[in-house]
Amino acid sequence: MTTAMDLGTHAAYVWASYAAVALVLVALVGWLVVDGHRQQRLIDALEGRGVRRRSQSTEPGSG
Amino acid sequence: MQTLTQSLANPTRFLALSARLLPWIAAASALVIAIGLGLVFTAPPDYQMGHTVKIMFVHVPAAWLSMFVYALIAVSSFGLLVFRHPLADVSAKAAAPLGAAFTFLALVTGMLWGKPMWGAFWVWDPRLTSVLLLFFLYLGLIALRSSIDEEALAAKLTATLSLVGIVILPVIKFSVDWNSLHQPASVMRLGAPTIHASLLWPLLVMAAGMTLLFAALHVKAMRNEILRRRVKALRAFAADAAGGLAGQAAG
Repeated sequence: MTTAMDLGTHAAYVWASYAAVALVLVALVGWLVVDGHRQQRLIDALEGRGVRRRSQSTEPGSG
Repeated sequence: MQTLTQSLANPTRFLALSARLLPWIAAASALVIAIGLGLVFTAPPDYQMGHTVKIMFVHVPAAWLSMFVYALIAVSSFGLLVFRHPLADVSAKAAAPLGAAFTFLALVTGMLWGKPMWGAFWVWDPRLTSVLLLFFLYLGLIALRSSIDEEALAAKLTATLSLVGIVILPVIKFSVDWNSLHQPASVMRLGAPTIHASLLWPLLVMAAGMTLLFAALHVKAMRNEILRRRVKALRAFAADAAGGLAGQAAG
């Protein structure tokens, strides 16, 4: 009996293709999420020390 | 009255708007890809290629995106060089690693499809070779930018290189007509698609899902890049302030 998951004699090539796509896309998502958290932490740390952008109209180093 | 492009030119406004949109784009991409995978694994085998045709459902969207992302980088570069749009360079920089990843996937899945169909993972065919050149072009853009410390100079040089490199897109598109092993276009062509509907629909749904996924990744990467530039600006501001205070103390 054949099922949707029975991919015949070349199944290894099909599964390897989908595994490669999943691996790369998961790595991209992970990298972007971790990088985003890292940048936000750095901004929070700098702002915690009282550093503000000019547009935030607060004197630097006041905290 | 501001155009949409002008109103989005403000990074703070972009961050606020993208924070609201990103979860919806990400959810839509996950949903469409899940539906696409359902269609993929219930699609019939091709009468010649058998079940290896399932590789097409990830290979072709990755290949389309490899070219689409490069075109987006070129448009963003044009926006930087001509209109000095504040987010144009952010868009180009954020898209480059994503384009490289999709080109890499197009090459890898193409090789995994080529072995059972052609008997070889790689042949120096015009289509395969031109896509490999596109991959190197992406790596070149990333390497050029990371080799220059000054942000504005790096942006201009990479924008210029990306506009010069756009010549690769018509080369890739028409390379299948140059004595290539690779099959000619069967969806994006003049006239109706030559691919059967039972295979066309899973392909189109997967392409839509992966394009939405790229959109989500690009928005997230742009947000990260804006935050990175804020960190840099805050550090410079803090260093200036510290220098000013030291100068006053010395005076």
